[in-house]
Amino acid sequence: MADIKEQIAAMCPEAQFDETGELLLILVPDAQWHALAVNLKEQLGFDYLTAVVGMDWKTSLGCYYYLTNSATQQMLHVRVETEDRECPLLHSVSDVWSVANFQEREVYDFYGIAFIGHPDMRRFFLRNDWVGHPLRKDYDASDEVNPLRLTDEQNEDDTCRWVEGADGKVTCVKGKTFEDDEYVINVGPQHPSTHGVMRYRVSLDGEMVRKVDVVSGYIHRGIEKLCENLTFPQTLLYTERMDYMSAMQNRHCLCLCIEKALGIEVPRRAELIRLMMDELMRLSSHLLSYGCLTMDQGATTAFFYGFRDRELIYDIFDKTCGARMSMSYQTIGGVVADVHPDFIADVRHACDVIEKNLKEYHQLFTGNVIARNRMVGVGLLSREQALDYAITGPSGRASGVSCDVRKKHPYSLYDEFEFDEVTRTEGDSMARYMVRMDEMVQSIKILRQACDKLEQEPGNEYIAKVPKLIKLPAGHWYQQVEASRGAFGVYIEADLESKPFQKPYRMHFQSPCFNLVGVVDLTCRDNMVADLITITASIDFVIPDIDR
Amino acid sequence: MEVKIKSMKHEDFKDNEYIDNLVEQLRAGGTNIVVGKLDQLINWGISNSLWPFCFGTSCCAIEFMCLGAARYDMARYGFEVARNSPRQADYIMCQGTITYRMAPVLKRLYEQMAEPKYVIACGGCAVSGGPFKNSYCVVKGIDEIIPVDVYVPGCPPRPEAFFYGLMQLQRKIKVQKYFGGVNRKEKLDEKALNAE
Repeated sequence: MADIKEQIAAMCPEAQFDETGELLLILVPDAQWHALAVNLKEQLGFDYLTAVVGMDWKTSLGCYYYLTNSATQQMLHVRVETEDRECPLLHSVSDVWSVANFQEREVYDFYGIAFIGHPDMRRFFLRNDWVGHPLRKDYDASDEVNPLRLTDEQNEDDTCRWVEGADGKVTCVKGKTFEDDEYVINVGPQHPSTHGVMRYRVSLDGEMVRKVDVVSGYIHRGIEKLCENLTFPQTLLYTERMDYMSAMQNRHCLCLCIEKALGIEVPRRAELIRLMMDELMRLSSHLLSYGCLTMDQGATTAFFYGFRDRELIYDIFDKTCGARMSMSYQTIGGVVADVHPDFIADVRHACDVIEKNLKEYHQLFTGNVIARNRMVGVGLLSREQALDYAITGPSGRASGVSCDVRKKHPYSLYDEFEFDEVTRTEGDSMARYMVRMDEMVQSIKILRQACDKLEQEPGNEYIAKVPKLIKLPAGHWYQQVEASRGAFGVYIEADLESKPFQKPYRMHFQSPCFNLVGVVDLTCRDNMVADLITITASIDFVIPDIDR
Repeated sequence: MEVKIKSMKHEDFKDNEYIDNLVEQLRAGGTNIVVGKLDQLINWGISNSLWPFCFGTSCCAIEFMCLGAARYDMARYGFEVARNSPRQADYIMCQGTITYRMAPVLKRLYEQMAEPKYVIACGGCAVSGGPFKNSYCVVKGIDEIIPVDVYVPGCPPRPEAFFYGLMQLQRKIKVQKYFGGVNRKEKLDEKALNAE
């Protein structure tokens, strides 16, 4: 740690350090930030931008950038801020880490911070005619300012790029998303194959895709702002409604983050149950992904097969949690109730059935000539691109990035389990599909080991002693878990002012799908327009997780 | 009068009172025998082959997919032909939160549907805004934008709840006045009267 500090201090003498939190914090003046970012990436190997958290500290606006060194898995974070509230400007790092492109657009949308050098400074989630920036603490949320408008929204083609001149003066250079002579078609937002309400504007040359402009925000519900008005136990409910196919993992992540801040030790049995629920959810999610990918290519029978097996997992959830979806099962300190007496037998049965059926899936679909023609070599994403765009989860591992949080930053009890991280090197749609299929085998392996442990180990304590009023100490925390679609992160900053019920000052969810949607343009370019559907299905994002 | 549908018995419904009242109101002035018989025929046809227009925005859409899959199999009741074009659908099944950005799209799609058309609001979000009611950009129930026939509460509703809602819609269709009132064009003086 000291070594890194010295190296950074040599690169940027103005940087200040703070080691009181869980990770090393570097405070950098905005003017030096871009140069430091280049050095951090090229000399110190911080090639992976994990999260960008926009912040309003009342006196200033700014961002935390969480960085990871993909070789050593060392993490640190950088704080950049500006005191100008009227026209806040920061330097963009989207040319250093490409993932920052969409991340900074999100910050612009929420806080109104414009980034100098960003190629495309438009809103990301809210309507073009929206007034104000909702996550600012002084935002006026009244209905008069932003009423429900039933007029159609105009396409925003005018982009703005802020450029800093030699004299330090910042000017706006206007640009166009699409040129006048481009042939642009609209896909979505209400389209069965976009897997939710995602909208693409696709520029075509014949049947070839030349450019995809992602228009998101059709299911943006303002979860991060809503959390700021709720107590910590209340915020748990939203985690299950973002990526509903990783409901358990997302909730697990927020629980872990709050437990980390409070220093609560979770009983072993509770952690084991949580881990099993996570893996069941992963199985369920990958089966759904299989069903949708096959249906998008016209194989409706395969869709029925996938859903048939998912019902087994739904039954397990139903018995123990009392709900098929949005289970609300995990809680701060453990789980709300012990498992159903049939739980272990049911899990074993489901594992056996799914394992047997996976072979059938391969016979039915994987070897199919149509499936192979449409997936092999289509939608290529190289290892460098995947790292640059911070792609995690099955899609990242299909491009050869070893990024499984269960292995890299072991949480829960994963370090006691024997399983392999599935990686492939092809980086095409087929590889992404195959990684999911192979991960299901690994999940079954984990579940079987967990069943044995749950049976053999004594103790029936499923929840730790938790204070009735949850109050976090001053500070901020970041926690990651491996959700079904990649690394899901939660950022919490505690507010010490509100009493007696403490609320988060800021809660940010770093969703894996947000990064995944960043590569749609990259992977679909120079493919046929029909492949747009299979590529996005193989990348497999859940739209409410992008929009939050 | 008892409203009969093929899928579920009358006494199994929990809220028969409202449909009895509805029938009473509709039949208050008596019905022409020819129009009445034609109504019955057409309503029998519509109620047994309802084609949904899936408007799934979030979690409820996954449960709707389960409805279409093997275990719940909504094809048994004639709901299976899920359409993706508003022109070909009978009813719009709104599953999930509607945000301010989505609201004009929903309204436009509703307007594009051909008459007779029905709306089912599925899940807490579509009914009232649900857990996102306090958000700055969520519509507090789709009935602010379009008229709703059946509300299905739940977060998300279980497939059984979806079926219950769909069968309620079947019952409502069974008693509608297809020729009698619903689809009749208003005469000019009536229009003026209604406007007052």
